[in-house]
Amino acid sequence: MSKGRFGIHGGQYMPETLMNAVIELEQAYDYYKNDPQFNKELTELLNEYANRPSRLYFAKHMTEDLGGAKIYLKREDLNHTGAHKINNVLGQVLLAKKMGKTRVIAETGAGQHGVATATAAALMGMECEVYMGIEDTIRQALNVYRMRLLGATVHEVKTGTGTLKDAVSEAMREWTSRIDDTHYVLGSVMGPHPFPTIVRDFQAIISKEIKEQCMEKEGKLPDVVLACVGGGSNAIGAFYHFIDHPEVQLIGCEAAGRGVNTAETAATIATGSLGIFHGMKSYFCQDQYGQIAPVYSISAGLDYPGIGPEHAYLHDIGRAQYVPVTDEEAVEAFEYLSRIEGIIPAIESAHAVAYAMKLAPTMRNDQVIVINISGRGDKDCAAIARYRGEDIHE
Amino acid sequence: MSNIAKAFDHGKAFIPFITCGDPSLEITEQLVLAMADAGADLIELGIPFSDPTAEGPVIQAASQRALAGGVTTDKIFDMVHRLRQKTTIPFVFMTYANVIFSYGAERFIGNASRLGIDGIILPDLPYEEKQEFDPICKKYNVDLISFIAPTSHERISMIAREASGFVYCVSSLGVTGVRKEITTDIASMIKLVKQAKTIPAAIGFGISTPEQAKKMAAFADGVIVGSAIVKLCAQYGNDCIKPVNEYVRAMKAAIS
Repeated sequence: MSKGRFGIHGGQYMPETLMNAVIELEQAYDYYKNDPQFNKELTELLNEYANRPSRLYFAKHMTEDLGGAKIYLKREDLNHTGAHKINNVLGQVLLAKKMGKTRVIAETGAGQHGVATATAAALMGMECEVYMGIEDTIRQALNVYRMRLLGATVHEVKTGTGTLKDAVSEAMREWTSRIDDTHYVLGSVMGPHPFPTIVRDFQAIISKEIKEQCMEKEGKLPDVVLACVGGGSNAIGAFYHFIDHPEVQLIGCEAAGRGVNTAETAATIATGSLGIFHGMKSYFCQDQYGQIAPVYSISAGLDYPGIGPEHAYLHDIGRAQYVPVTDEEAVEAFEYLSRIEGIIPAIESAHAVAYAMKLAPTMRNDQVIVINISGRGDKDCAAIARYRGEDIHE
Repeated sequence: MSNIAKAFDHGKAFIPFITCGDPSLEITEQLVLAMADAGADLIELGIPFSDPTAEGPVIQAASQRALAGGVTTDKIFDMVHRLRQKTTIPFVFMTYANVIFSYGAERFIGNASRLGIDGIILPDLPYEEKQEFDPICKKYNVDLISFIAPTSHERISMIAREASGFVYCVSSLGVTGVRKEITTDIASMIKLVKQAKTIPAAIGFGISTPEQAKKMAAFADGVIVGSAIVKLCAQYGNDCIKPVNEYVRAMKAAIS
């Protein structure tokens, strides 16, 4: 079995042109992850620039309203740039800088990863180009402007479905044409080794903090950790330090779109099968001939036909459960959290909130649910208004 | 001698690529025969994939057209079956790992072998992952073609030592597609291949004109051309057979 495996998943299914690039990245990461100077700089960036640690907030009104488990919100939405994406990006761009790279490229779906990458590039003086599906540039227009404001060039990707998978493909193509000075800042726990491991390690700070904060507030670990899953970076970040605590239930919420019984879904675990795509073996939404399905979700960030290889493995061994959440449920949760706690979550994170709304009433009031609020919802307001039939201009 | 080796035993080999089913499988079938007639030595049959990450815009678009037209792996197998009644020219499939994996590797490679496919090219299967399919390819006598790229450097010897059929030498950085100029030191890459193993090496990516083909053929045993031919198919549609025939004839003449 080749490198970077999680059970049968993962690997390095990449063009030969990029093999030395991923090998060089792996070697650099293996060195710098143990380098005290690198870790000191990264910690300083995370704390002073990105506003870590993020809060673990007790959602009192939601808890009372749902009448079951105590609900805590891990406030990744309060990070600088408004999502968990900055955790990974600061790590990767700092690493790229140490490697002598002067230019970063990235794919983005909802635009949060693109904004985070453009931000880190501005901070660290790197050139930045972001690939974004044309559909997503329309539904997340505000983030396109933010990236440009931060000095990045945004390329509209018109191929395929014009969404996240096409943005990933185009960023990979771009990387094969310019490698020497360029690092590809992959935004999720996907792609070829070492990306799923690097991104997980940089996001694992989420569960490290939840663990400490929950011990402090509740004197015990949470009973359930909930997170939304597209590629799965915020979820793996929220799960990682609990994997070895089997008493903590880990639940990933997939985007079911208009429902898992329709073709308009992006729920990979619920509807996909084993395949090889975007550098990794994992589960993918595909047809019987291995053609990747044109998936759909209201959430641009979860609108991806695959799932990271470590999630595929956690599913295989039964350590984590993956549940589908529809557009309608997510939109209701988006509105619910806004009203009841005064917190507008990203529509991605609202998928996890939606499942908590079902789960909490079935649990005892001495039990604890932590929902990872992976991002803030300002970027989604116009799209959700349109979903509700209200045409507003951003 | 394997069928692929035969493609290289009478001077420099010309290796055209076409996307099966663009504009239709009927035309693909006629194109294959026309290219064989025009002097092609080995033909790469592209099985379209929905998300071809190693292709430039020309082959991406052809793949989309073919899939939209209803082409499937099974229909391509049927076409190969019909073609094998009419020609013995070596065939290799070019596709992506997921097309084979999802079909069932043993079932795909077994079928391909029985139909007379001589090799398989997978741009997303590097040396590190070749165990995925190589043991099955060996079992069915199908050559799994290895790539080397301008970034391969010290990897070339390792890759070439275990290569079979021929070594696919990627001419330059980037994805498939026409390039004005190729500046890579290809002679050095091919030299490393030949030091490691006696095996033919063919150059592909970016070659479109007879002048480029002639220049590249000076370094290697064969020249691979994809996007330039697929462009003719896009331009002429159902009438592409004559222009492709003429193009292949001119390219073969340039390297002979």
